[in-house]
Amino acid sequence: MKPFSWRCIRVWQRNRDVFFRLWHSEAPGFIVEPILILVAMGLGLGAYVGLVDGQRYIEFIAPGIIAAYAMFSASFECTYGSFVRMEYQKTYDAIIATPLSVEDIIAGEIFWGATRSLVTGTVILIIATAFQLVHSPWALLIPAVCFLEGIMFASIAILFTSIAPAIYSFNYYFTLFITPMFFFSGVFFPLSSFPQIVQALSWIIPLTPVVHLTRALVSGELHLGLLWTLGLIVVVTLVFFSLSLVTMRRRLAV
Amino acid sequence: MAIIKTKDLTKRFKDVLAVDDVNLEIEEGECFGLLGPNGAGKTTLIRMITAVSPPTKGKIWVQGKDLKDCHREAKAMMGVIPQLDNLDPDLTVFQNLMTFARYFNIPKNEARRRSVELLALFKLEDKYNSRIRELSGGMRRRLLLARGLINMPMILILDEPTLGLDPQAKYLVWHKLTELNSEGVTRILCTHNMEEATVLCDRVAIMHEGRIVSLDAPHALISRYVGSEVWEIEVNSEGRDRIIQELESRGLDFEDGGSEIYVFHVTDDQSLTDLVSHAERLKHRPATLEDVFFRLTGRSLVE
Repeated sequence: MKPFSWRCIRVWQRNRDVFFRLWHSEAPGFIVEPILILVAMGLGLGAYVGLVDGQRYIEFIAPGIIAAYAMFSASFECTYGSFVRMEYQKTYDAIIATPLSVEDIIAGEIFWGATRSLVTGTVILIIATAFQLVHSPWALLIPAVCFLEGIMFASIAILFTSIAPAIYSFNYYFTLFITPMFFFSGVFFPLSSFPQIVQALSWIIPLTPVVHLTRALVSGELHLGLLWTLGLIVVVTLVFFSLSLVTMRRRLAV
Repeated sequence: MAIIKTKDLTKRFKDVLAVDDVNLEIEEGECFGLLGPNGAGKTTLIRMITAVSPPTKGKIWVQGKDLKDCHREAKAMMGVIPQLDNLDPDLTVFQNLMTFARYFNIPKNEARRRSVELLALFKLEDKYNSRIRELSGGMRRRLLLARGLINMPMILILDEPTLGLDPQAKYLVWHKLTELNSEGVTRILCTHNMEEATVLCDRVAIMHEGRIVSLDAPHALISRYVGSEVWEIEVNSEGRDRIIQELESRGLDFEDGGSEIYVFHVTDDQSLTDLVSHAERLKHRPATLEDVFFRLTGRSLVE
């Protein structure tokens, strides 16, 4: 693996400039949809759900929604977004002709994807706070968790993008990987409601530890075990980040 | 001193040898033409020289430094104008230049000054805030050229810079490329336009099947492979064998092009007028680089 340099910031800046031009077309995805889910599931469905410890259902799902939509943001950005830039717009080809390397471009894309996660997570956090669903100042750490989570999911997404033969391939990515995670990582119901085997499996999908972490930060019920959770996220992130730099170099520098 | 030098440069893709042992020395300040049919290996060669594609074998030096050790430094002094439009469609015309300047780490004020200057130079000053998709093909190509000059490159690499341009725009580009001569900018020009290569290039390399088959000044190539004039004899099936026999017996250098026979290196005292009965079946015209191209790379499609 070749290292990336500070120049990756140039790609981040390019994506930021485009985002500022076009953010209004992205807003429904990362602002409106999570509010709808929060209201429909939290208040609508929540009226029929009684949790063991008497917690309101909307309170239970809010931190999960933050983690899940942060995941969606980085995932869309670094699958469809990156693929369009790479294959249709040939943006990467243009940038490779400048002092930036393949690694700089990919790192820039990943950090941008993570920034999208940060923005999405923060927006939902603010909304959840407005709904009075946040009970601990520890929640201030949630944007940082979303950024880290974003690096992880952006890296996984870019890795898939680096081997995707066509844009249709992302249907598989979302149907077989992202959507199951949305349902089986403890966003909508505690993992304990699953059979033992599903519970164990759900810990190998990377959204589970993030939901675990955001839920603890929102409620303020922290314990040392969360450091392991954090460590797990960091390790998965490092592995996929490095892998994606290697596979992208293989795809682009031929 | 050679600004770019390659030694035994080779690129192999699975079972295809795209570039085969190329040894080149491109002099500082010259305009170097790279000609060859599609698939001859020009683009692959360029991709290696611009540090985008790693060679399978061989070495490249840029300003005497091994390219392996100075990717960024080398790319910082190159301007690449690709054949395929890879302008950034998410940004405006002006933002395209500003963003590109940022990749080169050019300070904002300086980038703005150069962008304004380049847009004026390429007659795009009315298009600052246009989206890329609103530009005509010719405007896009001019914007690509402007973008390629934003870092004031020492080495400019152009892949079909005038493809699809109207004559006015083509001359504008030719004029600019000639002007860069006095600024000492080295230019590498890939083109299928033989007139362009003849007009602009100091030296021309002809590539065929991954190798450089000949390299010299355009007029030197013409006089070496073709002579000053080309005689074309239109032949039908009856007269054909006789004419070929006759040309052979006179020891002339000719090429059988099917319905036409091309005769090269004909001197003034070797008039061919007695060869054919009807004068209209025989014509002669000044030799061009295109004749050299055909002689060296064949007349049939290679792809």
